[in-house]
Amino acid sequence: MSASIGSTIVSLPDQSTAQMPKRTYINNEQGLLSWLLTADHKRIAILYLISITFFFFIGGAFAGLIRLELLTPQPDLVAADTYNKLFTMHGIVMIFFFLVPSVPATLGNFLLPIMLGAKDMAFPKINLLSWYLYIIAGAMMLSAIVLGGVDTGWTFTAPLSTHYLNTHVITAATAIFIAGFSSIFNGINFIVTIHRMRCPGMTWFRMPLFIWANYAASLLMVLGTPVLAVTLVLVALERLFGIGVFDPTKGGDPLLFQHLFWFYSHPAVYIMILPGMGVMSEVISTCSRKRIFGYTAVAFSSVAIALFGFFVWEHHMFIMGVSSYSALVFSLLTMLVAVPSAIKIFNWAFTLQKGSVTFETPMLYCFGFMGLFTIGGLTGVFLGSLGMDVHLTETYFIVAHFHFVMVGGMLMAFLAGIHFWWPKMTGRMYPETLSKLAAVTTFIGFNLTFLPQFILGYMGMPRRYAAYPPEFQVLNVLSTAGATVLGFGYMLPMLYLTWSLKYGAIAGSNPWQATGLEWQIPSPPPTENFAEIPIMDHEAYDYEWLANKTRNEVTTVG
Amino acid sequence: MGLSPVLWQFLVNWLHNASLFPAEASTIAPYTDALYFFLVLMTIFGTTLVAVLVVVFSVRYRRQRNPVATQIEGSTLLEATWTIIPLAIFLVAYVWGALLYFRIFNPPTNAMNIYIVGKQWMWKAEHPGGQHEINALHVPVGQPVQLTLISQDVFHSFSVPDFRIKREAIPGRYTTVWFEATKPGSYRIFCTQYCGTQHSGMVGWVTALTPADYKTWLEQSTSGESLAQNGERLFASMGCNSCHNGTAAARGPDLAGVYGSKLTLTDGRQLLVDDAYLRDAILNPSQHVTAGYAPIMPTYQGQLSEDGLIDLVEFIKNMQSNYRVQQTLVTAESGEAAPTTPPQGKGER
Repeated sequence: MSASIGSTIVSLPDQSTAQMPKRTYINNEQGLLSWLLTADHKRIAILYLISITFFFFIGGAFAGLIRLELLTPQPDLVAADTYNKLFTMHGIVMIFFFLVPSVPATLGNFLLPIMLGAKDMAFPKINLLSWYLYIIAGAMMLSAIVLGGVDTGWTFTAPLSTHYLNTHVITAATAIFIAGFSSIFNGINFIVTIHRMRCPGMTWFRMPLFIWANYAASLLMVLGTPVLAVTLVLVALERLFGIGVFDPTKGGDPLLFQHLFWFYSHPAVYIMILPGMGVMSEVISTCSRKRIFGYTAVAFSSVAIALFGFFVWEHHMFIMGVSSYSALVFSLLTMLVAVPSAIKIFNWAFTLQKGSVTFETPMLYCFGFMGLFTIGGLTGVFLGSLGMDVHLTETYFIVAHFHFVMVGGMLMAFLAGIHFWWPKMTGRMYPETLSKLAAVTTFIGFNLTFLPQFILGYMGMPRRYAAYPPEFQVLNVLSTAGATVLGFGYMLPMLYLTWSLKYGAIAGSNPWQATGLEWQIPSPPPTENFAEIPIMDHEAYDYEWLANKTRNEVTTVG
Repeated sequence: MGLSPVLWQFLVNWLHNASLFPAEASTIAPYTDALYFFLVLMTIFGTTLVAVLVVVFSVRYRRQRNPVATQIEGSTLLEATWTIIPLAIFLVAYVWGALLYFRIFNPPTNAMNIYIVGKQWMWKAEHPGGQHEINALHVPVGQPVQLTLISQDVFHSFSVPDFRIKREAIPGRYTTVWFEATKPGSYRIFCTQYCGTQHSGMVGWVTALTPADYKTWLEQSTSGESLAQNGERLFASMGCNSCHNGTAAARGPDLAGVYGSKLTLTDGRQLLVDDAYLRDAILNPSQHVTAGYAPIMPTYQGQLSEDGLIDLVEFIKNMQSNYRVQQTLVTAESGEAAPTTPPQGKGER
C-alpha cells in the first residue's frame, strides 16, 4: 500500500520524535470516578461511545440470530415466539440505543463545542445527566431482555402491545421513555450551545455543515420525542388500567396510536440520518481540499428535511383505511422531502469536481454512503408513491429500504466520522490498510445482505416472519451469507481501533490538514479545548486560510 | 406503456420463472408492475449517475493529477437543475402512484362482496351465500371481487402478492379492497402486519376458479343459510324487530331500503348509509341517532361477534321490505314457535 507521493493528505509528525501532548482531557484527572462525575463534553462523548458500541454489538447479535433463523424456511433454530422477540429487541436496541444517539451523542458531543470555539456545552451537567438517563434506560432494556424479552415489534403497535402480549412491554416502554429524555436533553443542549456559545466571528454561515446538520436533528429531537413519550405513556396506561384510548370497544381508535407513533418515528429517521450527513460534509470537503459545493444549499437542505420531516408520517399508513385525500397530501409531501436529500448528494458529488481528491478510509466510507443512501432514498420514492406502496409496504422491500438508509447511510457515516476524528479523540491514527479493507468488506457485505431483500419484498415476502414459503429460500440464503460478511466488516474496526489506542501512529494536531477549529488544537485536546477563545476570521472550509496559517507557523517557529 | 405486449409478457414471465418476480394474476398487477419498472429504472439511472459522477471526478481530480484544488462557491444554475429534475421525476411517481392507488381501492360497481374477518391467527372468509372458509378464499376469474375486511382483535393485513393488493384489517372498522383474478390457480395469502406469536402462520391460499368451477364450488360448499338469512334470525332473536319493523308505531327507524340512502342524524350530520355506518349504529347507537327518533337504542357492544355483525349488516343491506320482519313479529307475539337462535355469533370475543 506504499502509495506514491501525493496520494494522501495525511501528514503525521516524525514518529521518532513525536510525543503525545502532556496534558489532555484524558489524563487531566485520573480514576474511574473522575470519568463518571465529569462534566467535560469530550469525556461524556467517550462514555457514550463505549456504551453505544456495547449496544451496537448486542443489537448486532440479535441481527445475526435473525439471519441465521431465516437460513431455512422452517422456524427450526428458534421458535416463533423467540424469533418475534429477536426482531423486536434488534429494532429497539439498534434504533433507540444505537442509531438515535450514535453521531450526536458521540461525535456531536465531542466536536460541537470545539467546532464553535467554545470551552464546553451550554449545560455541561445536563449533558452528563443525559448520559446517565441513557445508561438507566439501557439497564432497564437489558433487564427486559434478560428477564425474557419483549415481542411487540419496535413499533409497539396497539392493541397488540396493550391487550394481547404477556411480555415485558412496560419495562421496555419505560426504557425507551427514559432514553427519550436523554435525547431531548441532548437536543436542548445542542440548540442552546449553537445559539449562545459561538466564538466571536462565528456567524451562522461560518459554522461547519456538521453543526447545521446536528442543529436540524436537535430540533427534531426536542419537538418530536415528547410525542413518543406521550404515546408510550398511553400504551402503559391502556395496558395497566385499560383507559381505552386505543380500544374501539371503549370508543377509542387504534389508528390514533399509529398517528401518534409515526409522528415521532418518522422524524426519528431524520434524527438518525441528519448528523450522518453532517459527517459527510466534513469528510468530503477535507478529502477533496475544497469548500462544500453550495454551502448554503446544503445547510438549508438540512433544515428543510427537518421541517418537511414532520409532515409525512401518514405515509406509514397508506393501506390502513386513512382518507384517500389525506393520503394524496402525505404522498406529495413525501416526494418533497426526498428532494433536499437529492440536493445534498449532488452537492457532495460536485464538491469533488476540480478538487484534489484523496481516498483515505473515511472517504471510502463516504463513497459507500453516497451509493447506498442514493439507493435507499430512491427506493423510498417507491414507498411514497401511493399505489406502489400498497404492494410493497410491510414486506422485505421496506426492510431493505430502511436498512439502506439507516445502515448503508447512517452506519457508514458513523464509521466515516469515527475514523476521521479518531486521531483527534485519541491522538493516534488507526491502521490505514486494515481499515480500508474493513470499509470495502462492509460495502460488499451490505449489498449482498440487503439487495436480495428488495427482490424478496416485491415477490411479497412479509416482514417479521419466522417461517416463510420455500420459494423464497435462495434469496434468504444469499442475504444471510451477506450478513456474515457484514458482521466481519463491523468486527474489524472494533479490533484495530482498540489496538491503535496503544500502538497507532501519533497523529499530531492536524493529520488531515483540515480547516475546522477542532484541528487547530492539540490531539487529544486539553480539557478546556482552547487556551484562549479563538476568533473566527474566515469562512468554513477555507483552505487558503489554512495554507497561510501553516506558512506563518513555519516561518515564526522555524 | 410504450412496451410491446409481447416483450412485456416475455420479461414478466422470464423474471417469474427465475423466481425473481411474482405472478401477474389480477387486472391490477400489470399496472403495478409498469410503475414498478419505471421506478426501478429511475433508481438504476439515479444510482448510476451518482456513481459515474463520483468515479469520474475521483479519477480526474485525484491528488496525483490535480494537486491543487480550485475553490468553487457553488452554482445556482446547477443546483436548480438538480432540484428541479429530481422533483419532476418524483412528481411523476406521485401522480402515477396516486392513479394506481385509486384504481386499487375504488371497486367497479359490479363487484361482488366477500367479508374477511382476521383474528389471531387465521383468516375467515364469509361469502354472501353462507359459505365459510378458513385461510382460504375461492373466487371466480373475470369477476371483480370486493373484500370487506375487519379484525376481531389486533391489526392484521391481508396481502395477495400475485394480485398486488394488500389491505389492513383493523379492529373496529371495515376496510375494503378489490381485485379481479385473471388466471385460474392458487395464490398465496399472507398476513403482513405483525400480529403476535403465529404471525407467520397466518397464511392461506386464494383459489381462482373458472366461473363454471366456481358455481360448482358454491353449490357444494354452502352451509345452507346465507349471511342475510343468518342476519334475519339474529335480527329477531336480538329483539331488533321490536323497534325496527316499519309499522306506524315503531320506535326505531324503518330499515327497509336504508342501505345506500342519505340519512340525517339528530345532530344535523348527513351521511351515506354503508356497511361501516350500519356496524357503528349497532355498536354505538347513541352516536348515530336518526333525526326524529329518541336515543333509546341500547348498545350491542360485546353482545355480537364480528361474524354476527356481518350477518346483520348483510341482512339490512338486502332488506327491501318490512314484510318478513312484521311476520316474525306476529309469530313472536302470538306465542308460536319463536325463530331459533342462529348458529353463528354467540357474542364470543
